[in-house]
Amino acid sequence: MVTIRTDVAILGAGGAGLRAAIALAESDPGLRIALISKVYPMRSHTCAAEGGAAGVIKADDSLEQHFHDTVGGGDWLSDQDAVEYFIREAPGELVQLERWGCPWSRDPDGSVAVRPFGGMKIKRTWYAADKSGFHILHTLFQTSLKHPAIERFDEYYATDLLVDDGRCHGLTAIEMRSGQLREFRAQAVIIAAGGAGRMFRFTTNGAIKTGDGMALAYRAGVPLKDMEFVQYHPTGLPNTGILLTEGCRGEGGILVNRSGYRYLQDYGMGPETAPGKPVLKTMELGPRDRLSQAFWHEMKKGNTIPTPWGECVLLDMRHLGEKLIDERLPFVRELSTSYLGKDPVTEPIPVRPVVHYMMGGIDTDIGAATPLAGLFAAGECACVSINGANRLGSNSLTEILVFGRRAALSAVEYLRSGPRAGNERALTARTAEARERIRRLFEITGGRVSISGLRSEMMDTMEEHAGIYRTGGGLAQACARLSELRERHAGIGLNDRTNVYNTELLQALELKSMLDCAEAVAVSAQARTESRGAHQRLDFVERDDDKFLRHSLAHHRSGQPPRIEYRDVVVTKSQPGVRDYSGDKK
Amino acid sequence: MSERRVSLEVLRYDPETDSEPRFQRYPVPYHEEWVVLDALNYIKDHLDTTLSYRWSCHMAVCGSCGMMVNGEPVLACKAFLRDYPDEIRVEPLLHFPIERDLVTVIDDFMAKLARVKPYLIPARDEPASAAERRQTPAELKRFKQYTLCINCMLCYAACPEYGLMPEFLGPAAIALAHRYNRDSRDAGRDERQEIIAANEGVWDCSFVGACSEVCPKHVDPAGALQQVKIASTVDWYKEHLMPWVKK
Repeated sequence: MVTIRTDVAILGAGGAGLRAAIALAESDPGLRIALISKVYPMRSHTCAAEGGAAGVIKADDSLEQHFHDTVGGGDWLSDQDAVEYFIREAPGELVQLERWGCPWSRDPDGSVAVRPFGGMKIKRTWYAADKSGFHILHTLFQTSLKHPAIERFDEYYATDLLVDDGRCHGLTAIEMRSGQLREFRAQAVIIAAGGAGRMFRFTTNGAIKTGDGMALAYRAGVPLKDMEFVQYHPTGLPNTGILLTEGCRGEGGILVNRSGYRYLQDYGMGPETAPGKPVLKTMELGPRDRLSQAFWHEMKKGNTIPTPWGECVLLDMRHLGEKLIDERLPFVRELSTSYLGKDPVTEPIPVRPVVHYMMGGIDTDIGAATPLAGLFAAGECACVSINGANRLGSNSLTEILVFGRRAALSAVEYLRSGPRAGNERALTARTAEARERIRRLFEITGGRVSISGLRSEMMDTMEEHAGIYRTGGGLAQACARLSELRERHAGIGLNDRTNVYNTELLQALELKSMLDCAEAVAVSAQARTESRGAHQRLDFVERDDDKFLRHSLAHHRSGQPPRIEYRDVVVTKSQPGVRDYSGDKK
Repeated sequence: MSERRVSLEVLRYDPETDSEPRFQRYPVPYHEEWVVLDALNYIKDHLDTTLSYRWSCHMAVCGSCGMMVNGEPVLACKAFLRDYPDEIRVEPLLHFPIERDLVTVIDDFMAKLARVKPYLIPARDEPASAAERRQTPAELKRFKQYTLCINCMLCYAACPEYGLMPEFLGPAAIALAHRYNRDSRDAGRDERQEIIAANEGVWDCSFVGACSEVCPKHVDPAGALQQVKIASTVDWYKEHLMPWVKK
């Protein structure tokens, strides 16, 4: 067994993992940092984020405004102390990226440009055309190459955390190139492994987003928080689920139903604004949960447009003109034209809501620390929670920076506190167990359970019962079905018994991660008998602050569905109120 | 559902059991909107679970799925079946060692990216500051195009020079160096220029432009390369013939 000894092991090399790695290297160049990812850093899904990153910078804006937009946008499920910290740190992080060379779009005077985004009362979304995530990721990756202390382990798939005596001491991972299990002994571990959108069939998420980091922490005893809150982005291409950024609407694109009517005005987001003259925090610049829910109602009323890929509404950007589209939304034009054969300059684009983001994730505190000593988490895999029941667009790119760095600072603090070393024999035994579990997968013969079949059943279950609107009955069915799938997963056998880059093995393990996450989603959703943000129950239509101004915490139980507990939301200065996205509010 | 089928002939290679690569043929249903990657996923899910390849975003931005399709380097997620005949041959990217099936070893490329110092090197006399720097839209435009590289390595597979001389830094790495050289916030051109000018291959690049032709993001690495060569030549003349002129 090859053992790699390091000070901090970071799992995931997307935006949050890279930001953490750079912060560690800067805080102490003598630190040994292992940056471990199942893909090369540039492949991480941060690259697919389009619209931008929110941070208060302009004279007409204030931290106070960003705070209230975020907390109200999250339907008061955000921890307000965490939101205050996040908002305070945000501008500095975005400027830091500027200083590392990020090609932010600029105003004529050379200052960084900002664009309007959904649910934000003031323009504060920094952007690099419509490839903001791509540029953030590449800027961070390229900057990380400056730091020899960051040792990368590209294409290593983590299988287990090494836990002993209530502390995390590292992890085990399969080196894809050799198929061999490697042991990483670290004083602290940071998980920054992204979301789990692939448990749904129709998603903007890339193939790699299978919830591995969440499942890893969950199985090691760390609860998954607020997993029932799954964000649908209102504008995905109907055939592929490819994202068309909220920036389309920020720049003035409008949504119409089959009659050409701007239906959002019927759902508390009116009155209608002039096309191409978007008004902040109303109509097309309402929050994502409200827009996706409005689509669902339009569909029920028969106001949507049938297409070969399901019911759609139209995103009309024609009035923006070719020049603006090419300058601000070139990627949107490329994607619509290539993948749907429709050019937004000349045609409205059919779109429908698509699974995009997990508000929930690994339970962390405001310092990005999990309840397991020595384990930290940041980015989409974590739930701090700043996003509450519904994340505002452009807060997550900022979140990976602010909390990626925070996780690094907390890890350094933890290292300096002189944590006890783990028991050698116990950790070696844990590694042996991990290896044994992988070996057994190769031994199951005559396994009749196919990975793609099981995955397909999971996706169907989630699409049918855990979508935009949910019912107690549907969720009960989903829970039963997911329990059954969990049991059947144990019968998966591999056709591919080879070692080198065995993607069948990888898919089997990824499916287990997704099943764990899916069950946490369904069970948490069933237990939350209220409607809040992205979690809407047809049988409990009101928000219930008396009972549910609380975070759900799903605790893993071996061979059983999770146990759900609750923790009160931290309220500092904003009492739960009405989310008002009408244009004529006072 | 359409009755039409296409036939994918896919290169297979497992270093543990195969002494050399072989081809395996798979019949795949034809869909007007499918890309080659969809066809590979169909094979993986329904016909042969042992096939290995890289992919993630399915929207031409993560750069994972570069491969040779009927002899041309393309992103499998942007190569539509409708643009190919019914016989489609899929191979790993040319000029890279095969790790397994369609998966290549890209260590060489990763090392070359790092070698060109692809990060801002501010001027020594730039005051330490935590403030945002100004950069006009015109200044941004000078290098923006070169920031769009997704590291898919199609240009390396297309480059005849890289095929002959593996030491050559290659199109994407040089275009990336050029990206920072042209950034108004950067003062590291001399450091990078030394690395590039000293590298084998740069001077032999024949400017056939194959790299720019295959680039899915229109980065134009060939243009970058020529500009880098011209800049190096000017540097040389200044240094050797006009030492009194500052670079």
